[in-house]
Amino acid sequence: MVELKIRAPVQPKEHPDPSEIPTLEPGAMADSKPYSASEEHQTAIGFPGELVDDWKERAIAKLGELVSTSRGLRVYLDTCVKCGACTDKCHYFLGTADPNNMPVARQDLLRKVYRRYFTFAGKYFPWLVGAEDLTEEVLDEWYSYFHQCSQCRRCSVYCPYGIDTAEVSMAAREIMDSIGKGQKYCNEIIGKVHKYGNNLGLQEKAHRATLEDLEEDIEDETGVTVRLPLDEKGADILLVTPSADFFAEPHIDGLIGYAKVFHQAGASWTMSSYASEAANFGMFIGSHENMHELALRIRKAAEDLQVKRIIFGECGHAWRAAYNFLNTLAGPFDFLDQNYPIPQHICEYTYDLIEKGELTFDKSQNDHIRLTFHDSCNVSRASRMGDEPGGQFDIPRAILRATCNHFYDMPADTIREATFCCGGGGGLLTDELMDLRKKGAQPRMRALQDVADEHGVTHMAAICAICKTQFAKVMPDYGFDMDSVVSVHQMVSNAIVLDGQITDDDDDDEEKAEAPGNGMDAAEEQA
Amino acid sequence: MLTTVYALLFYVAAVVLVGGVAYRVWQYAKTPVPLKIPTTPAPLTRGGVVMRLVREVVLFESLFKANKWTWLFGWVFHAALLLVLIRHLRYFTEPVWGWVAAMQPFGFYAGFAMVAGLLGLWARRIFVPRVRYISAPSDHLMLALLVGIGVSGLAMSYVARTDIVAVKAFCLGLIYFDWQPMPADPVLLVHLGLVALLMIIFPVSKLLHAPGLFFAPSRNQADDPRERRYAPPLRTPARSAR
Ligand code: HEM
Ligand code: SF4
Ligand code: SF4
Ligand code: SF4
Repeated sequence: MVELKIRAPVQPKEHPDPSEIPTLEPGAMADSKPYSASEEHQTAIGFPGELVDDWKERAIAKLGELVSTSRGLRVYLDTCVKCGACTDKCHYFLGTADPNNMPVARQDLLRKVYRRYFTFAGKYFPWLVGAEDLTEEVLDEWYSYFHQCSQCRRCSVYCPYGIDTAEVSMAAREIMDSIGKGQKYCNEIIGKVHKYGNNLGLQEKAHRATLEDLEEDIEDETGVTVRLPLDEKGADILLVTPSADFFAEPHIDGLIGYAKVFHQAGASWTMSSYASEAANFGMFIGSHENMHELALRIRKAAEDLQVKRIIFGECGHAWRAAYNFLNTLAGPFDFLDQNYPIPQHICEYTYDLIEKGELTFDKSQNDHIRLTFHDSCNVSRASRMGDEPGGQFDIPRAILRATCNHFYDMPADTIREATFCCGGGGGLLTDELMDLRKKGAQPRMRALQDVADEHGVTHMAAICAICKTQFAKVMPDYGFDMDSVVSVHQMVSNAIVLDGQITDDDDDDEEKAEAPGNGMDAAEEQA
Repeated sequence: MLTTVYALLFYVAAVVLVGGVAYRVWQYAKTPVPLKIPTTPAPLTRGGVVMRLVREVVLFESLFKANKWTWLFGWVFHAALLLVLIRHLRYFTEPVWGWVAAMQPFGFYAGFAMVAGLLGLWARRIFVPRVRYISAPSDHLMLALLVGIGVSGLAMSYVARTDIVAVKAFCLGLIYFDWQPMPADPVLLVHLGLVALLMIIFPVSKLLHAPGLFFAPSRNQADDPRERRYAPPLRTPARSAR
């Protein structure tokens, strides 16, 4: 009875505070750098193959171009009063103690150059306002520290002027790309999407085979034929999901969850092999050109397949790019059914069905799980679900509560709009940045430890492909199993009762047979 | 001579302040906003956005969430600054407007509150290592300038009283281009000199935060991208779409 051990009298423990402010250690992360993009990766997505000779002039010209075409960037560079309100808000600062990871200090790396070349004070009194020439050292600092920002926007919530360091990081990365100093991880991946339609370089045949395997798995487990259709012209719904959902754990269990929901709702749906990726890494590198290109793939898939609706699977920044940008970049979508949100999130879809009473759940299937929820920052601070502000917090929680008996939130200053990033977002989910990723996860891991100690929480659900991969990787370092991160729709998948499903009694699946019944649970709850 | 110098100084300062801020505001207004980037949860309507901005301006809502001490000092400073500015209107109106007169007793304490708030902010800048790290000389000088204005002003009210009637005559003279002699009181010279300096640096310094707040897309956009298509010209269209 594993459950009993986990839930045995909870020891009150001293938890380190997730938001504990470290003592400054200047330069602590100066050596953290992602691998550089190769010439091939650079040119494939429209950037110079290597650092150009006149990089300084071109970088300054690009900065000038960006401030005159992006009001946000210009205002953010001008208005900061150095009040310090954001200084303790970044998970990378909290985890690394490097002062350049304080959001305002990160912005200052770009701002000092902006001031030097574009402002009166910086041109004539550089020492007074901390303006600096663009030099090789400065460029190195940019490369290092603008790749220590996951563009999570936590700083923007607390800044009195809403200054969004994510915008500044995107601009800096765009400048670096434009002079031939790109980052391998993002740029290689964007190239793959242009070529194959997804981040993995998964081709249609393999894609189809994977989905067929999954259909078999579901049938073996439930006795019900649940389809995972690909390229089915004339389907009502196009599902666009992160390609990690096709192969990674726990993502894949989420994909199974979406399929079961569509099945149970009797929906006609399909995925596309042409637009087999929800992620849009063009956003991470601030490249509107690449963002547009990737968005157009989704539009084309929707047109070719003649669908009526577009639904996105669980992915944080992908939902930001879809919710906020898709309509601007690839709209208007007047060929879709206007009675549904364009685009819609899979959680909105499932939640609607739950509200209408169209789904039946056996929550006891999740009784081996005591759950909390990680608000993915791109969903939390850069998008919405449902009709009310904050629906992005309430809808996933409502789904989890409908599918699981034991749900506990992490401390209030670490969730919802104050959520801490997983530490791997914004194009940093690459092995050479593992040290940064582990340190950046610290605030979230401490918050999780808090509910693990207080409420015996065993699992954390997430709603983003990057968060899931990142957590699976770094959790062991913080004393949690790698499979203690679960997909939201994995919880749905576990609990949903399909019509004609083999019930528990005739199921020989060990795991489920072991799950305790409700009565026992209630007894433990009281103990 | 003194009168001429100060009169000209204030004309220059006024032109720089108004012209400079107007130029920056025009520059912000004409710079495109390529995408929807409100920090969510955000209001869904324009009306909601107006309320969000009002809360930011009047209450410093985000700063309150971030740091209670900075909020306290910052809010007290700004609220007091507003009262002090209102109180100063009596030098430029004849007869003094009723509501300005009514505010005089508050303005009286506001001078102290303003300096206290500034000293609190300055203490944070000096003693909190994080804030010290991000401070440039200009950040300290800005506080010094404002403290200088506040202290010289208080000195004229409580220590070495100035001939207020003559000051008012000078100020009204500036407005009606009918110059009156400037009282040669050293404290007053310092006070007015610093005020003119503040006006001149306003458009080229971080004081732009006052107009800037209203132009920050993270705060001034409504969260409605699905309801209303946001469609400015694309900044850099995809190569396949050019
Ligand atoms: C729309 C009007 C304004 C708003 C909403 C506003 C808001 C703020 C906020 C939220 C801060 C950060 C907190 C703090 O450090 O106090 C700040 C700082 C500051 N404000 Fe304002 N402000 C406004 C107008 C002004 C004006 C007219 C002045 C000066 C004459 C001014 C001078 C300053 C200074 C010097 C600081 C930096 C204080 C420091 O160094 O810590 N503000 N303002
Ligand atoms: S956007 Fe997130 S990662 Fe980047 S500086 Fe702000 S808090 Fe840190
Ligand atoms: S909170 Fe905003 S204004 Fe204050 S230091 Fe940070 S970025 Fe600058
Ligand atoms: S990976 Fe997840 S937590 Fe991290 S930035 Fe993206 S959405 Fe946020």
